[in-house]
Amino acid sequence: MTPLRYARAVDAQDAVLQATTGATYLGGGTNLVDLMRETIERPEKLVDVSGLAVGVEETENGGLMIGAGTRNTAIAAHPLVRQRYPVLARAILAGASAQIRNMATAGGNLLQRTRCAYFYDESGSRCNKRQPGQGCDALGGFNRNHAILGASDACVAVHPSDMAVALASLDAVVHTRTSKGERQIALTELHRLPGDHPDIETVLEPGELVTGISLPPALPRSTYRKVRDRSSYAFALVSVAGAIDLADGHIRDVRLALGGVAPRPWRAYRAEDVLRGGPIGKVAFAAAADAELSHAQALRDNGFKIELARRTIVAVLDELTGDPA
Amino acid sequence: MSIVVNGMPAEVPGDPRVSLLDFLREQLHLHGTKKGCDQGACGACTVLADGERILSCLALAVQYDGRSITTIEGVGSATDLHPLQQAFIDHDGFQCGYCTPGQICSAIGMADEIRRGVPSHVTDDLDAADMPFSHEELRERMSGNLCRCGAHNGIIDAIATTLAPLPERATEAAE
Repeated sequence: MTPLRYARAVDAQDAVLQATTGATYLGGGTNLVDLMRETIERPEKLVDVSGLAVGVEETENGGLMIGAGTRNTAIAAHPLVRQRYPVLARAILAGASAQIRNMATAGGNLLQRTRCAYFYDESGSRCNKRQPGQGCDALGGFNRNHAILGASDACVAVHPSDMAVALASLDAVVHTRTSKGERQIALTELHRLPGDHPDIETVLEPGELVTGISLPPALPRSTYRKVRDRSSYAFALVSVAGAIDLADGHIRDVRLALGGVAPRPWRAYRAEDVLRGGPIGKVAFAAAADAELSHAQALRDNGFKIELARRTIVAVLDELTGDPA
Repeated sequence: MSIVVNGMPAEVPGDPRVSLLDFLREQLHLHGTKKGCDQGACGACTVLADGERILSCLALAVQYDGRSITTIEGVGSATDLHPLQQAFIDHDGFQCGYCTPGQICSAIGMADEIRRGVPSHVTDDLDAADMPFSHEELRERMSGNLCRCGAHNGIIDAIATTLAPLPERATEAAE
């Protein structure tokens, strides 16, 4: 770890003022401390924001506001999250371990970095995300865990979060602050696709602080399904977050997002367009999955993800349209 | 600036890079907490922060200024074992013992999470007020603590017989 200074921010305004050039915000540290130890992240200063904006509150329009400093466990355990946004509770509980969920913050979860092994292998591998222009060893390497959607010739890494996939399906909005003021960003627009610059991962400006995540009122039913190599404590090969509103035997509204398959939480707009206003049933569900995955591109080792994503989308839609348990 | 460790205040290290794990082991000489992977994958370094289980290897000590940390040394001693420590012995919940301090701290934190109604990945009913203390729940909730000796069955038995509410202990024993 390279030498650094540490400051604990007293509030968001203080945090933004303290976040001078070379500084990084510190949440629970579950990803950043590891990256610092590997010298992939080399901040000169840490501004600790883990004690700020803690809590989940109902908003006037019947939605929720989640403070960026709220720990993952606290979000998943919150009664309103469990009752109205089961997709979010389930996604969080499918991620990491209990110890890590007790530490990790909502803001840090969104901004965690890929677990691509070549990104982590600083001494032995080329990575455009770690060192722009260096090349990507994942392209021709072991890429079983890598992206089938939204990747580029410069980077095929996936975003590792489960929580963010649920949030993408919920039309969540990210609230941020800079020295110039506050703004709101749709969660689906927070992360950039890699293109030629996989080192630039979000639309946030230097020093811009995530202060909270707001959710609009929920659709009546939602769930999250994660497929992974072992049944607990593993990143997703494929995951699907889904929410649905049924009326008179057809689909009035639906939202789907995919995890483990793309450089960012992947909102499945193409699939939603096929489903919205249409009938319930396996034929429609398969057509929706095919529409979304028609642009999927397999690398050497990850072709299985296309069929796995197709089946998982159909399974989630089956679950959401079946008789309530 | 101090961290209370097992009831005793200790001065926070001056270098912010020092992990809570290294602070406990190298500065306070509390060697019960183990360094396994040092990257958040194994759970050997699990301690309790204000009663919640965390990974001390991914925690910077300076972040825990003002907090209360409990390590295995604060759970029990050789002459005064915590009931869970005795249960690990009785149920063969270890072989080499390296993961055991983390397992025990994790289990204590986990039992409190169940009592507080925190759901898990395998919880069927997210709305349930009472979380079950079943073997399936325990296995999922303890998945962040690896045991390379493969003593997981003994570990789960030790936890179930010690920390489960009394009626559920009887049910598990009858299975």
